[in-house]
Amino acid sequence: MQGRGTAVCLPADIDTDVIIAGRYLRTKDRSIWATHIFEDLDPAIALRLKGAVIVAGKNFGCGSSREQAAIALREAGVVAVIAPSFARIFFRNAINIGLPLIECDLSCEEEARLHSILPKDGSKPAAGASRSGRSRRGCRISSKQAASWSTGGITRDLPRAV
Amino acid sequence: MSTLSERILRAPAGDYVDRKVDRAYAHDGTGVLTLEAWRRMGGNRFGNDTRYYLQFDHIVPANNSTTATLQHELREFAREKSMQFSDIGCGICHQIMSEDAVLPGEIVVGADSHSVTPGAFGAFATGVGATDMAAIWLTGETWFKVPTSAGIHLTGKLSGAAEAKDLALAYVGKLGTDGATSQALEFVGEGVSFLSMDERLVLANLSVEAGAKAGLFYADDVTIRYLKEQGRSGTMQAPEPCTYCQDLDFDLADIVPLVAVPHRVDTSRPVEDLAGLALDQVFIGTCTNGRYSDLARFARLVKGKKVAVRTIVVPASAAVLKKTIRTGVLADIIEAGCTIGTPGCGPCIGYHMGVLGEGEVCLSTANRNFRNRMGVGGEIYLGSVATAAASAIKGEITSPEAA
Repeated sequence: MQGRGTAVCLPADIDTDVIIAGRYLRTKDRSIWATHIFEDLDPAIALRLKGAVIVAGKNFGCGSSREQAAIALREAGVVAVIAPSFARIFFRNAINIGLPLIECDLSCEEEARLHSILPKDGSKPAAGASRSGRSRRGCRISSKQAASWSTGGITRDLPRAV
Repeated sequence: MSTLSERILRAPAGDYVDRKVDRAYAHDGTGVLTLEAWRRMGGNRFGNDTRYYLQFDHIVPANNSTTATLQHELREFAREKSMQFSDIGCGICHQIMSEDAVLPGEIVVGADSHSVTPGAFGAFATGVGATDMAAIWLTGETWFKVPTSAGIHLTGKLSGAAEAKDLALAYVGKLGTDGATSQALEFVGEGVSFLSMDERLVLANLSVEAGAKAGLFYADDVTIRYLKEQGRSGTMQAPEPCTYCQDLDFDLADIVPLVAVPHRVDTSRPVEDLAGLALDQVFIGTCTNGRYSDLARFARLVKGKKVAVRTIVVPASAAVLKKTIRTGVLADIIEAGCTIGTPGCGPCIGYHMGVLGEGEVCLSTANRNFRNRMGVGGEIYLGSVATAAASAIKGEITSPEAA
């Protein structure tokens, strides 16, 4: 899996309330979440997310379990999120809906180019990001979760499994 | 020798395991997406050996017809599928699981980040998102990466006006919001025996604010006595010598009243540092501090006085509310000028009632003070019940030790 996008830089400890505020959760209309994404941080961010790679500081997605945070990012057109670390429920949600996350500490001035999010054979699940041609390895996840991630999420996998 | 998480999940830290979930719960907030995902995954079955719960607590009663319609669909579904359903006014999901369900040694998963709360019973309890919960509805199982554990070593006894909430703000402050990401916190040491179940629930509840996957206490005679009072029984758990990935030590006698300042939970400072800060609202409640012992403590401190600022009190459950009526606690709270909300999450998530206006300041006993959480432009300070009581009486942040 490969991807490419213009970097949108965000600080550390971006919480799920900031990604999508509670006042927008009472709906099934996903476009509302994409429209109001990061509204309390800076409403202009939403306009820059189509085809973007978010490069954030540590602990991205901390706070509540709301899956709407991961869905909003995907619906807004985010290609992937790169951060030194992710909060765990957000991390699971992203796997489940097929939003690529890359655990990697990048400074955020340059274009981030993703590379080998998952190897084709799925045998050595790893994530990395390249900068100046140097590859870095990031988080390791189990092969089962890697497979789910690469097929676009658990909702597509599970009906086949049970 | 194993940590409690390793014992319950039956695998060493670092392993990925699939495990049967003993109890799975979701609420009116996460239930909507869970149902959607469950249907998308086939929507044709439920795991056989898992007990399923659905509790309405986030927007209770419904604030408009959009919410009412979403809740109606979920309510009908829960009844049709014979889930254990708790309608509006029954209380907060974590509180209902504590009063009525969880036992030591169980694996409990909730579709809410504060599902770490039942870890106070010696269960492995953790939160997931909607799609993970939908998969649990379908199969009764989920995957875990068995966590490494951090030891929170407690000695001594809380004294003066200090509460478990102050200790919770102290440990989150020390760890930072990601200081225990994906780890399990184990609360151990001789100090634990002096902590009631309500106090343990507070400490487990805040563990996710340091990023933790779970926050656990070993079931002891305090646990077993509590379970017995609620008509349940359980087995005690003895700690084994084990290795923690990090260790924190607290002498409970050193804990003083603290306040976490906007917009982070790991920013705790002594209440005295902020004394005099004018308030627009005080809120007592939530899955952190809305239990009977909290409301009784609050009533004791405000009895015979009048609050100087609007003060909202929301019991964590109907059982809590009923007990405050029986014991006169509720009358004392109302006589002091406070208003009472329907048992549930109250204004904590800013979905419906009791939210703040632009520039308003609230002292809350909840567990999160994120930007705009309780209303756009509002500021949330987190503190204990005693700090809330002292502050409500003066209309400004006030140390309970000065009151």
